[in-house]
Amino acid sequence: MNAVAADPPAKPRNKPRDSIRSWPLTDRIAYGLCWAAGIALCAIAAWIVLYMAIKGVSYLKPSLLVRSPVGSPNQSASGGFLDPIEGTFLVTAIGIAVAAPLGVAVAVWLSEYARPAGLARAVESGVETIAGTPSVVLAIFGLLVFSKSFLAFLSQTSAGGAVFGRSFLTAGLTMSLLAVPLIVGATREALAQVPAHVREASYALGKTKATTIRRVLLPSVRPSIASGITLGMGRIIGDTAIIVILLGASLRLEGAGGAPVLSILRGTGSTLTSYVKENSPAGEGNAPQKAYAAAFVLLVIVIGLNAIVVRLSGGQARADGTV
Amino acid sequence: MSGGSRDRRAELTLGALAVGVLALIALMIVVVFTKAWPSFSHNGLSWFGSGGDADVQLKAMVQNTPLPGHSIYYFRAWPLLWGTLVTTGLAVLIGLVFSTFAAVFIVEFAPDAVRRVLDPVVRLLAAVPSVVYGLIGILAIAPWVERNLISQQRKHSVQEIVQLTGANLGLAILILTVMITPIMVSITSRSLAAVPQTWTEGSAALGVNRWRTMRRVSLRTARPAIIAGAVLATARALGEAIMLSMVSGSRGFAANPLDGTTFLFEPVRPLAATIISYVDGLSVVPLAQTLYAMAAVLLVSSALLSLAGWGAKQPLKKYGIRA
Amino acid sequence: MTPLTPPPARRIQLGEPTVIDPPPGGVAPPAAGAPAIGGMAARNGRRQAPAAQVTERMQIESVSLAYGDKWVVRDVSLPVRQGEVLALIGASGSGKTTLLRSLNRLTEITAGASRAGRVTLDGEEIERIEVNELRRRVSMVFQQPNPFPMSIFENVAYALREEHATRRDRKRRGRRGRRELEPAVIDAVRRAGLYDEVADDLDRPALRLSGGQQQRLCIARALAAGPEVLLLDEPCSALDPISTATIEQQIVGLRDSVAIVIVTHNLQQAMRVADHVAFMHLGELVEYGTSEQVFERPTEQRTREYISGAFG
Repeated sequence: MNAVAADPPAKPRNKPRDSIRSWPLTDRIAYGLCWAAGIALCAIAAWIVLYMAIKGVSYLKPSLLVRSPVGSPNQSASGGFLDPIEGTFLVTAIGIAVAAPLGVAVAVWLSEYARPAGLARAVESGVETIAGTPSVVLAIFGLLVFSKSFLAFLSQTSAGGAVFGRSFLTAGLTMSLLAVPLIVGATREALAQVPAHVREASYALGKTKATTIRRVLLPSVRPSIASGITLGMGRIIGDTAIIVILLGASLRLEGAGGAPVLSILRGTGSTLTSYVKENSPAGEGNAPQKAYAAAFVLLVIVIGLNAIVVRLSGGQARADGTV
Repeated sequence: MSGGSRDRRAELTLGALAVGVLALIALMIVVVFTKAWPSFSHNGLSWFGSGGDADVQLKAMVQNTPLPGHSIYYFRAWPLLWGTLVTTGLAVLIGLVFSTFAAVFIVEFAPDAVRRVLDPVVRLLAAVPSVVYGLIGILAIAPWVERNLISQQRKHSVQEIVQLTGANLGLAILILTVMITPIMVSITSRSLAAVPQTWTEGSAALGVNRWRTMRRVSLRTARPAIIAGAVLATARALGEAIMLSMVSGSRGFAANPLDGTTFLFEPVRPLAATIISYVDGLSVVPLAQTLYAMAAVLLVSSALLSLAGWGAKQPLKKYGIRA
Repeated sequence: MTPLTPPPARRIQLGEPTVIDPPPGGVAPPAAGAPAIGGMAARNGRRQAPAAQVTERMQIESVSLAYGDKWVVRDVSLPVRQGEVLALIGASGSGKTTLLRSLNRLTEITAGASRAGRVTLDGEEIERIEVNELRRRVSMVFQQPNPFPMSIFENVAYALREEHATRRDRKRRGRRGRRELEPAVIDAVRRAGLYDEVADDLDRPALRLSGGQQQRLCIARALAAGPEVLLLDEPCSALDPISTATIEQQIVGLRDSVAIVIVTHNLQQAMRVADHVAFMHLGELVEYGTSEQVFERPTEQRTREYISGAFG
């Protein structure tokens, strides 16, 4: 009774689960369309990456990365985009420095407190509204606000008394609004996944809610916060509308006022995104090669950030901006 | 006891920050509508109508020279509205179909190796900054289109009214579609993969082939997510300013579908792109009010969009399909 | 050592008085409902078929199943007949569920599954039948009720709408209208014993039904396309006793029209509903016979031990 009557088949069956050939025509067409869509997606991505890589690498000289833009008529042979790179970093740093604590705070409040309930729902809707607002609208609102005289310290004031309203500070602050919904979303989702018994254990030990949040919950959702921040960074780096409107059109970093660091923050400049636009036919347009090179650098930065997000969230980052 | 008061302080602080964000958004909405009001009140409902060249009207405001027979506030937004409707609408429609097939492919039909490639591909496409899309569009695709698809004959046919170039409606729709598809693919595929296996297995056990199971059970279950993805994508499309200002031909022209295929080659400029194109004139009051009016339209559209999305999900809850 | 007698379980009777142990060699014609005890045991374990029929539907011949390198079922041969209920019993891991799932080729969904041996449906090898058509002829009900998120009507009509979906029997085109499908749907719901409870509104969402009702809905759904064989994988294990009793009643009532194979780890359930019982242990078929014979006069030691509760 113990002898195995038959040997296992030589190899496991690898046939498709049901043979497509027997499907009706409409189903087979649909199957073909699915394949076509998948292949098309790959093809488009491949084309974009290859094209940008070819153009970018061919025009990217290391000197471009370390030299500042020069206002000469022969744009294609002179100057680099050091200042725009610095500008990108600056704006991103300011944006995240404001958005991260703000976003985490709002997320924690929504997740752990949320009293009264109506207010919580309103705040939720508010965050969603920011997420759905076009960045142009945020930009013109920002310009309006920062042009008010009581906020003049954030930017320069021209001779006639009109507040300029455009500076790294103002741009960065407005940018933070772009990142806040992403950080709030990532943090909230992560907090929701912390099981109730973790909180209960902490309270049972006599810890206050504030301490629990600070010592137990936040550390445990740190990876998600990091992912949210990185996503926010990607969003900030990629945005052009706010830069164009709130950072002025100067290619180089122009300080304002005398104070050492503050002058740069209150000054204007450009970022990689506005630099690309300026050098494309839609801007001044006389240096497409530089535009390609800068766009390539931009792409590399953004893709790199994305890879970091994937790593941080264990391979589960998603293209819709949630983690 | 100090713990309790610390808790109270924490709650108040966090709550204040959250309410602060809410207040900021509320302020933005109020400001935009207040600034927009004069433009609407001077033009009435005809603001949305057609009547002349929107660009001419806007330039007249900048130069403070009212058009003959009209006030300085005269503005007819129809060409811009039409441009927005066509670009956003078609991009979302095409993107929806494309992304649904692609998502089904990823979840059901793709061999494992292909699936492993597609996940990062979708993330990559979503991460590309819009200015890079704009650059590729205007430097790579537009010239090709102009050389190969726009014949002299075609140009002649509309010569009196408008110039045809490579930057046009068709290009705008194409690039916008590529921009928003990854969002929808990501959301849809995640939702399809989350359909309970008991349903897909049960459907297979009833003798229903894989495509039909997808269509009748999985896609139906994923419908709330598909709707959410479409809403997100539409919001992104509506808010896209920079890329569209680069590739859409940047003329406030109402492309005429009666022109046949030439329709796709006519220039347009959607609302957000118009705002950013004229932002330099913000110091001129009538222009500023008109731009704010456009921003108000964008905000209202976003809100209506969210509402429509919420409404579309309701009937499904009855059958147990939760968002 | 005398085996402990299992707790008393009575066979399910459908309306007619019990006929116990008819004289050997002679057999009473079945009553209008269904014969009570499987007392038609003839010598070689096969029923003597009176007119109201036992037709052989499927023949399982020397089937062995493996997942990767691991044998799950070894060399099992069984007949599946319409007119009787076949129960597969055994402890966890005995391979009974895997065997059941191989009957409608559901094992193919799992990567790395392989099979040796032959299974035929009405003489045709199931490998050769197009898989979706096979699954319409051999339907399955799962352990957890899994109605789709649709109305009751749509759930039951689900398979019916697919009837023209293979190239072979594509006689009609287009969606079949509700009025066309309604009689078949109502009939299936009736056969599953659910009609009285839902007749007033077939458009109700299926997920609002209770667990027992949902399972009966799944049975109705499986019956709708008129299968020849109905496979039930522990259908009552997630249900309360009253629902269980209702479903068992229906199962016995269905056996004249559909061949039924039921996997159960509940011995009493097997005693209540089964006509033939196959006891499996660690992938092998240990004993097969009429329910009366296996439960009261088991020939194998392992069977005796399992039935008396020595292991489970």
